Amino acid sequence: MAVPATEPPFADTADAAENPLYAKSSALKRRDQLVSIVLAIATYAILACAAFIFLDIIRKGAPVVFESSFPFVNTEFFTKSPESLITFEIEDGSYFEMGSSDYYEWKSENPGVRIVEEHAHPYSGGGILGPLVGTALLTGICIVVALFIGLATAIFLNEYSSKGKFMDSIRLAIMNLAGVPSIVFGLFGLGLFCLVAPVITEVPQERAFLTIPILFSDSYLSFEGWGTCMLAGGFTLAVMILPVIIAACEESLKAIPMGFREASLALGATKWQSISKSVLPYAFPGMLTASILGITRVAGETAPIMFTAALAHKDKLPWQDIQVNEEANFLAQSGEWTGGFLSQSVQAMPYHIYTVAARIPQNEWTRPMQYGSVFVFMVVVMLFAALSIYLRIHYRKKVKW
Amino acid sequence: MSDQESEETLSPEHSSVTTSAQQPDTADIVIEVDDVNFSYVKGTEVLRDITMDIRKGEVTALIGPSGCGKSTLLRCINRMNDLIPTAAITKGEIRILDTDIYDPKVDPIELRKHVGMVFQKYNPFPQSIYENVAFGLRIQGIKKKPILDEAVERSLKLAGLWEEVKDRLDSSGLGLSGGQQQRLCIARTVAVEPKIVLMDEPCSALDPISTTIIEELITQLKEEFTIVIVTHNMQQATRVSDKTAYFYLGELIEMDETIKIFNSPSRKETEDYISGRFG
Repeated sequence: MAVPATEPPFADTADAAENPLYAKSSALKRRDQLVSIVLAIATYAILACAAFIFLDIIRKGAPVVFESSFPFVNTEFFTKSPESLITFEIEDGSYFEMGSSDYYEWKSENPGVRIVEEHAHPYSGGGILGPLVGTALLTGICIVVALFIGLATAIFLNEYSSKGKFMDSIRLAIMNLAGVPSIVFGLFGLGLFCLVAPVITEVPQERAFLTIPILFSDSYLSFEGWGTCMLAGGFTLAVMILPVIIAACEESLKAIPMGFREASLALGATKWQSISKSVLPYAFPGMLTASILGITRVAGETAPIMFTAALAHKDKLPWQDIQVNEEANFLAQSGEWTGGFLSQSVQAMPYHIYTVAARIPQNEWTRPMQYGSVFVFMVVVMLFAALSIYLRIHYRKKVKW
Repeated sequence: MSDQESEETLSPEHSSVTTSAQQPDTADIVIEVDDVNFSYVKGTEVLRDITMDIRKGEVTALIGPSGCGKSTLLRCINRMNDLIPTAAITKGEIRILDTDIYDPKVDPIELRKHVGMVFQKYNPFPQSIYENVAFGLRIQGIKKKPILDEAVERSLKLAGLWEEVKDRLDSSGLGLSGGQQQRLCIARTVAVEPKIVLMDEPCSALDPISTTIIEELITQLKEEFTIVIVTHNMQQATRVSDKTAYFYLGELIEMDETIKIFNSPSRKETEDYISGRFG
């Protein structure tokens, strides 16, 4: 290629504006700017939505939960279960609003007072103790079941199974579970755990799917289902969260160097010794983090529990007033160790929020309960997420290789 | 290293070897590899017709270019290849102290308690130094603190690590330097009192000074253990081993006294390799 003896400097171009290094305004350039603006708008729009939701909930929910005077927290909101809010005026013109339990007490104390105008707003009084307790129990059962099955599956898939098409298809099937809509899991839970799951009972129900007498006893193994109860709800949630737990546990196991397994096997460890002593302890932090994130997800699920475990309204907490029916099923019958506790149905936060938001007439009396519930629930879930992030950072610092 | 030098450094060993060679008995043969073929995947054999005897109290070095099957043979001796489902010995027997280790009656877990292994990449557990050494005993169900204490001290002394770590047995094994970690792995291996210690390129991830320390350690350890070492480093083989076996493309080309292999190999292929003409 012929090179001119002396290359003229760029700035020497006849017209300064024609300097080839100067920016040129062209269609291509404008499109470039446009794209970056669109991308930025999309991102900030999400941020704005999130900020709007959070701020709205905090603005309207925080006043329900916090008070300006000692103890600064609306204790009643956390110590009472939902009830109706009664507003009424008596003949001398004074005006009252109180929860239904207080209202009946007030009425019995003031028998002569004539009530002029009275309104009842369902679910708008009391607190959220029942739903909070119910959600805690459901997620507790769920995480125990899901961790047990999920960990077992992950260990089998990662440590014991041989690689092959069959195992790949099992993995694919598990991953596909994650895409099933949660309402389908709800119906599945209803069909399996509430109506068909086995119980041990002396008096099997007529509708039992299958009844097998147990040798040397008067009892039967009856496939009649557990009914609508927290055990069924917890199991349903567990099935739903399993793909996430399995994937997370498998990832944690894969992250453990092969050298740990080889070293312990070479020292004469059995396969299970090698896994339990030199793999699981180091995979544990990752699994823990993942399961806490799993908790935050199942805690918010409504569809799987609405058929299997949750009631819109329940006066008593699950451990109160358990009627041990000797002739009922194994769960109730095993009163000695669970007190029939696991066969109780519960209230749950997401279902409670759905009820107060969509199932009752809306007016200014229902607002505090709606926003208060959502605010508390959001804070709890965020605390769990924060805990999992903290644990991840903490263990990353501690366990290294 | 010139021939002159290796002659000098190796001559004492040479004399001791010849004396043992004068007794033609087979009593001190610990590992007997008898006409072994091995394949990872059916049909493609990576070891062919391997026959060799490894004697008690000797260091045997397996040398050869990458992929020649020397590590594979090592992993056959403690059945670590069992971890690969399709891998199998397709012909011949490996006998340790007259027992065919691939006999169905042999439990690889029991076998590995007698045939320890030190890996290329040092791999202490992310636990304390004490727990690392005690691991093998704990999985055998030994819980008594005095027994463990004694075993930990003895093993760390054997591995030449005791003086360096005796004041911090409770600190993490991962806080040690690379060479110390590898010696910790050696201590962990000898703690279960194996008869044979297999070493798969134990120094390849270490700096020269740590390498020297480990090589000195190997020459001390052969008092108590029969050692088989895979190495890429031919100088290392001359420094630490009594016998050397040269592998090429899955075959045992030649095995003899180390001094003989490096000074006057009987096969042309061996000479080409040790003189650096390839590999």
